[in-house]
Amino acid sequence: MHDQTMAQLALGLKRRDFSSVELTQHYLERIQRLDATYNSFITITEQQALQQAEEADRRLAQGDAPTLCGIPIAHKDLFCTDGVRTSCGSKMLDNFVPPYSATIVENLQAAGAVMLGKTNMDEFAMGSSNETSYYGPVKNPWAIDCVPGGSSGGSAAAVAAQLAAGATASDTGGSIRQPAALCGLTGLKPTYGRVSRWGMIAFASSLDQAGTLTRTAEDSALMLNAMASFDTLDSTCVDQPLEDYTANLNQPLKGLKIGVPKEYFSEGLHPETGAAVEAAIKVYEGLGASVQEISLPHSHLAVPAYYVIAPAECSANLSRFDGVRYGYRCETPKDLMDLYQRSRSEAFGDEVKRRILVGAYALSAGYYDAYYSKAQKVRRLIKQDFVDAFTQVDVIMGPTSPSPAFAFGAKTKDPVAMYLEDIYTIATNLAGLPGLSIPCGLVENKPVGLQLIGNYFAEGRLLNIAHQFQQTTDFHTRSAPGIE
Amino acid sequence: MATVEPSDIAKLAQLARIAVSEQQSGEVASRITEVLNLVDQLQAADTRDVEPMAHPLDAVQRLRADQVTEQNRREAFQAIAPAVEDGLYLVPRVIEE
Repeated sequence: MHDQTMAQLALGLKRRDFSSVELTQHYLERIQRLDATYNSFITITEQQALQQAEEADRRLAQGDAPTLCGIPIAHKDLFCTDGVRTSCGSKMLDNFVPPYSATIVENLQAAGAVMLGKTNMDEFAMGSSNETSYYGPVKNPWAIDCVPGGSSGGSAAAVAAQLAAGATASDTGGSIRQPAALCGLTGLKPTYGRVSRWGMIAFASSLDQAGTLTRTAEDSALMLNAMASFDTLDSTCVDQPLEDYTANLNQPLKGLKIGVPKEYFSEGLHPETGAAVEAAIKVYEGLGASVQEISLPHSHLAVPAYYVIAPAECSANLSRFDGVRYGYRCETPKDLMDLYQRSRSEAFGDEVKRRILVGAYALSAGYYDAYYSKAQKVRRLIKQDFVDAFTQVDVIMGPTSPSPAFAFGAKTKDPVAMYLEDIYTIATNLAGLPGLSIPCGLVENKPVGLQLIGNYFAEGRLLNIAHQFQQTTDFHTRSAPGIE
Repeated sequence: MATVEPSDIAKLAQLARIAVSEQQSGEVASRITEVLNLVDQLQAADTRDVEPMAHPLDAVQRLRADQVTEQNRREAFQAIAPAVEDGLYLVPRVIEE
């Protein structure tokens, strides 16, 4: 059962080939037996999962259940879950049991999806390798000595190891798409504001967006259908009509105009990764699309702008962790300043502290104009590059990440090398555009991702374009070697 | 080129409410300098007459009617606090007797 897509499982549940309780027990048994290898889960919610599965079976028996009803999924551990510990991969929130749920958690629950547990992640979603988690690194199911990518590494590994049918994730600079690429999955970051961020622990509020990690574009469409909503509890959520993201999956691609940015094939790109991406674009030509080279001239400024804006926003957002209202508190503080400083120093990891300090620097008196204001101006230039490109083309394609999964420890001593993992994904967050990664080949027996970038609110079109590729190729159906 | 000296770290640490020991401040300073060197590429960009962009869709803050919509959930929120007493959050003494 575990090698099926969510769409296939939905059919099996509707036909009563198996019940949701049977399916949920099957996944829970796999997690218990296999996850010691991958470390993809922080918390397993066995009891709630079985209760939700029983409820799903009742709805399925009544005959009018939503598509996802009864399908077991996992949530990245930065989505608050009422009564279930939500750690954000940090010692700071190791004891944090939220008294409410994130909107997307409620939306998926209302759609009948069963929560198996909460997945591992880089601490506060800051990282590209899942090595900054307080709960230890996650292993890539394709290569056990390599990282799964990050920050949604646990969600990616859980789906790639077939320990969950799909998973929620979040993407601030590539945290859905890069792990999707490194683990051979379909990863969707919707348009900024498409999906509610209420109850999603904030990292950089002008960049964060929730999305999906699944095996296929069709599954991603099914999950997005359930997740997306206009939510007044998130003041940045955009009031845009909802659509059925599965409606246009089968639309032919004849006449599709693909733009390939020359800046995305520069030095630093692994040659075989580049070749796999070019071959994938050729497949699209075979489907009737036309390809033209485009330029996104400010691409080289995306990583620098991001590493001002994201740390600045993180330093503000993470100021809420003060050891007073929830989360970690140091022992026997001698005064209030000691309480704040020691609670934060003892409970945040090195990368989180580094970003908070960089952010504090960029926002401090005398530096604001040179850093934060400058980065926000550059951000507009980067957005304008995309706006101009989308007057000529329908979709932009290139690599998701510069190389396949790398070994543990390869980049931990050099933050800048780690930051360059997201060189092709960050601009999309700065511009607020939707991005998607789909598997398009293997290099060194490890997956390569093709990145698709669409215009604002073009998630349906992106999923259509990805689905058509998956109708003619089989990269998305391949399982990691050694998966039982 | 921006350089953060170990002596700057104490002020930053105070602003960020993060304790950095003297032994760590050299390494922290050099790591932060590496990041600042990366972001210094921004200075070469021509941004004359460009408005800073705070929101990808240039959205403005949505307003709502000034009505109470939240329920009082003090007990639920205080149940997860490190130290409370009589409905109050406890911190070390901040006012001298």
